[in-house]
Amino acid sequence: MRLTDHEKSLLDGEHGPAKQKAMDLLVRYGEALGAERLVETNNVAGAFNASTPSVQKIAEKGFDAVYSELNLDSDETVEIPRMVAHTCQLITGIDDRNWQIQGIPEHLVESQRKAEAFFGRRGINMFATCTPYQVGNVPVKGEHCAWMESSAVVYCNSVLGARTNTEGKESTGAAALTGRIPYWGYHIPENRRATHLVDVEIEVDDMMDWGLLGYHLGEVVQEDVPVLSGLTHQPDLVKLKHFGAAAASSGGVEMYHIPGITPEARSIEEAFGGRKMEGRLRFGDAERRRAYENLNCATSREVDFIMLGCPHNSIDQVWLAASLLEGRKIHPNTALWVHTPRALREVAERNGYVRMIEEAGGVVMSDTCPAISRHMPKGTKVVATDSAKQAHYLPAITGVEAWFGSVRDCVEAAIAGRWQGGLQ
Amino acid sequence: MSQAITLKGRKVVGGVAEGEAIVTGDTISGWGGINERDGTVIERRHELRGQSFKGKVLVFPGAKGSSGYSAYFHMARINGASPCAMLFNKMTTKVALGCVVSRVPAMTELDQDPLEVIETGDWVKVDADRGFVEIVKRKDRDAV
Repeated sequence: MRLTDHEKSLLDGEHGPAKQKAMDLLVRYGEALGAERLVETNNVAGAFNASTPSVQKIAEKGFDAVYSELNLDSDETVEIPRMVAHTCQLITGIDDRNWQIQGIPEHLVESQRKAEAFFGRRGINMFATCTPYQVGNVPVKGEHCAWMESSAVVYCNSVLGARTNTEGKESTGAAALTGRIPYWGYHIPENRRATHLVDVEIEVDDMMDWGLLGYHLGEVVQEDVPVLSGLTHQPDLVKLKHFGAAAASSGGVEMYHIPGITPEARSIEEAFGGRKMEGRLRFGDAERRRAYENLNCATSREVDFIMLGCPHNSIDQVWLAASLLEGRKIHPNTALWVHTPRALREVAERNGYVRMIEEAGGVVMSDTCPAISRHMPKGTKVVATDSAKQAHYLPAITGVEAWFGSVRDCVEAAIAGRWQGGLQ
Repeated sequence: MSQAITLKGRKVVGGVAEGEAIVTGDTISGWGGINERDGTVIERRHELRGQSFKGKVLVFPGAKGSSGYSAYFHMARINGASPCAMLFNKMTTKVALGCVVSRVPAMTELDQDPLEVIETGDWVKVDADRGFVEIVKRKDRDAV
């Protein structure tokens, strides 16, 4: 790999041992990929907190040791300086306020608080959400980023036109200290062009249908780049957030185009940009039904947990849940958690939305989600969720059964204690 | 005498290692896909579910799923549960970083599809530094 003089000086240790270890990791990673060089980045979204039971042994040695081992792949513990690139923390395992409801042991909460104090002072912004683009980190078109979190990566590339691969804990740790990431994959314009054409033959408008479209697409195209044709309704942030998260769960979609909507394609022709079409597929009634049936693996209609907000809800989604719940009470055998970034929770509290949800018996959670924390209300066997991603992962990770439907279906299940949703 | 089959390919992570092959046609997820304590595949409906790659030559198409992929292979290495070498077909950032932090010899771009040539139980030597893989088929091993 070709390195600039500055990059060589980082590798030679002229800027201290932490940056030397960071550059060493980036060189090993870049050579593994077959990258020719690195690219500058000033926008990193990674995972730095040490709040899971499995890393407590390392956390006992202090947070320099945590970052050295887990974020730089260094056997030697090096002193961690301030971050060079703008950097934020993605979703974590613990809601700092609702950890008791989650059922988290107190020593892990303390560990996360200490980690945040340590990393915060070094310039890592504690957004603590899977959706940094909802709380102020909105990269512009063409900006080179180093992001983890598959649902954020696909949003960053496709909706914003910024450029990132799906990075990991170690590569984001190294990028934050050097401002560099391998120039490979979606950083290179040619790789961003479409490979598959998707004929959407039915109306896709509400959030649930966007989820089903994404879930079907991911399953078929895997990591390829689809371009969608035939959509007749204008989507918004919430719908595309949900769509991308679904496509990145059933498959590994990191980039898609919707001509006239997403920034790198005014037309289907421009989306392909001369690249050869590898496949053409359709989304009609049969595909929609199959996606719905694949997501709904539950057999029991008795629901004990309703999970809203994966990826984390926008303020409008919190309002929708609050307004559907106002003046009602959820069933005594159910729990309802609504997930939103902490920054938006502040607004929701100010607006009274949090109180509306709590008066109905629900909880507003931040910083985490059940798939990441692996904590749900005790004894949960059947989950209902408005998230295709959560319905995909929760059964695999925790062994529960899942129902997937609209926000309205989920709220009605919370009130009745029974799943009554279905495909219209 | 048994005859070794030789494949040529590109180094992903350097080094030399040999061991028994564990082969799957399914892509592997780190987060939600493997148990980092013992190297067992845990994903529902995965053909290796319940089997461990610990100490073996893992032959697979590539990575899928969450960006937590590398962190889980990283923890597997700390726990002594890594494969002894890895061979795969489809290069992605996830699989590259996972190989790097596993710190075991790894190769890709082999001149024949390793999923076709190698079967579970074959004895495989991976020389990533020199860019070749040697395979002794299980039936030949059994005959020795």
